Amino acid sequence: MQNKDSIKNTLLIGIGLCLVCAAVISVIAVGLKELQKSNAVLDQQKKIVAAADLKGFYGTTESAFDSIEEKIIDIEEGLITDISTKKYDLSKELKDPSRYIALSSIEDIATIKKRENFSKVFLEYREDQLNTVILPVRGYGLWGILYGYLAISSDLNTIVGLEFYQHKETPGLGAEVDNPKWKALWRGKKIYDENGEILIKVVKGKVDNNTDMSTYEVDGLSGATLTSNGVSNLLAYWLGDSGFKKFLNNLKQENING
Amino acid sequence: MLESYLSIFINAVFIENIALSVFLGMCTFIAISKKIDAAIGLGIAVIVIIGITVPLNNLIYTYILKEGALAWLGFPEVSLEFVGLISYIGVIAATVQILEMFLDRYVPVLYNALGIFLPLITVNCAILGASLFMVEKSLAFGESVVYGLGAGVGWALAIAMLAGIREKLKYSDIPDGLQGLGITFITVGLMCFGFMSFGGISI
Amino acid sequence: MAKTSEVLLSPIFKDNPIALQVLGICSALAVTSKLYPTLIMCVALTATITLSNFFISLIRNIVPSNIRIIVQMTIISSLVIIVDQLLKAYDYETSKTLSVFVGLIITNCIVMGRAEAYAMQNGPYMSMVDGFGNGLGYSVILIIVGSIRELIGSGQLLGVQILPLVSEGGWYVSNNFFLLPPSSFLIIGLFIWFLRSWKTEQVEPAEFKMSKNAPKEVKADHA
Repeated sequence: MQNKDSIKNTLLIGIGLCLVCAAVISVIAVGLKELQKSNAVLDQQKKIVAAADLKGFYGTTESAFDSIEEKIIDIEEGLITDISTKKYDLSKELKDPSRYIALSSIEDIATIKKRENFSKVFLEYREDQLNTVILPVRGYGLWGILYGYLAISSDLNTIVGLEFYQHKETPGLGAEVDNPKWKALWRGKKIYDENGEILIKVVKGKVDNNTDMSTYEVDGLSGATLTSNGVSNLLAYWLGDSGFKKFLNNLKQENING
Repeated sequence: MLESYLSIFINAVFIENIALSVFLGMCTFIAISKKIDAAIGLGIAVIVIIGITVPLNNLIYTYILKEGALAWLGFPEVSLEFVGLISYIGVIAATVQILEMFLDRYVPVLYNALGIFLPLITVNCAILGASLFMVEKSLAFGESVVYGLGAGVGWALAIAMLAGIREKLKYSDIPDGLQGLGITFITVGLMCFGFMSFGGISI
Repeated sequence: MAKTSEVLLSPIFKDNPIALQVLGICSALAVTSKLYPTLIMCVALTATITLSNFFISLIRNIVPSNIRIIVQMTIISSLVIIVDQLLKAYDYETSKTLSVFVGLIITNCIVMGRAEAYAMQNGPYMSMVDGFGNGLGYSVILIIVGSIRELIGSGQLLGVQILPLVSEGGWYVSNNFFLLPPSSFLIIGLFIWFLRSWKTEQVEPAEFKMSKNAPKEVKADHA
């Protein structure tokens, strides 16, 4: 047998091993790619459907998503564009300085630093009537940015649900944003008063049901004041003038006219 | 611009300290923290290696592995992200090896000080972890340099602190079974809780 | 046969890779807040270490010694990539929870350590047994930590409510402390204490012995 430490043998083994490993990995990665992609898409769809609470009505996530239209909107104008949703990727939008605006610290109540010019929203129609609008929202909590979906019913003032799909909040405290009980509290809460002021917020402690304000308030997460404030701030930002307010107003006009 | 670099740095050192908040590089963290000198030596070696490999891996990711990165070769649809792990670890192993040879040849003083720690670093998951987090956070090149340095400094700071505590700890009267490893784990646990209080600092 | 069971069982309590050799603990801490991802992590690691030991042992006689580390690394990373890809395809939720920690199996010192210390010297069959045993040793600790944290932290095991929570109308006030990752350090620390009180030969000698207090002088009675 030839000396195993010879240069020839070293090269042979090195190259041979690389080829074998490369072949095996590539076959597996390519073979599983479609499944992985559909998983990632399905995961997002699940959250969107959960935020809008559509599963009960449609049965499955897939069938719920059949009645949802994805649209790219221009946030500044508040109008739906005809840009294809296929290639839209938020992290790419936030990389290209011509496609986002940098926020000054006064505007930036949700501490997100940049706001994209185009956003992907989801519209659910029932019998050709707009039933739910689902908006992507995000904002800084305690440890990092919370990413979620806010679903608003067709009067464009009543919340259907709020679902976060990615966050780093403290387990047991801030991470209770995922608690079904807390999420259920959002249902039916109002966003704007008759003058268009944003009143929705997370309060500290329990909501006092005897006041007029209680329809705009949600119980705070105990032990997680900063996360609660973060949620209030992100709603205030995304529902405000530099967020989706214009889009919601336009939709409202359209609904009345249409 | 400078502000955002500073925020990435502070974030990497304190809020997301790679040893005490993300728990990476724990094996060497606990094994080499008996003496403060050794701990500082290892800490510096880690800063150097993370500081080099994170930006390097960032370049590899941006120009070779990322989806669409191979457009210049005429393959706009190809994504090689699945070979990321093996590329990063290859870069790390090669960097460590090259640095070791370079120091041995040109800076023998430093080689004698850091030499024994360098081979340990290839298997230090803090290094690979920092590269993986860099990809997950999708940092730009400049940011990845700052993040790499920050992560390294954070890890070095943590191991130096633990070594300081352990040097004092050996004079304490600890129950037999808890001696050594047991009490170290508990100390690290308490340090982690301390570092949790950095959460919520927004910069 | 006796040797096989020895190789298989000794890493579990006698020579546990986490508790005694301090290897591969990084992932033990970050993924254990719930039992289910913990179990997935254990399966992933055990599969990787068993297979990597097997393959490395198969080619141990033809690998040139100057590139053996990189050869081991390549085999291990390929296996880890495969595990990662499978997980992303068949259990997306868990792969999100485990995030980078599956990838970090590559640098898990248990895997590298066993490849270098055992698989390079022994035949493929025994190497597999050794890998499996070490995988189990790792799993035992992870499962213990994971169960304690999920049970005390949220009153559940594998997502099933065992202790009814006060907030759901039960009696158990969940201890959020155990949901926080650093608590696993304390649990492992206490586990080591327990293990070493049982198997006292594992106790590390103290570097300094406390001297006994000098006996108090009996004061003369002035009465």
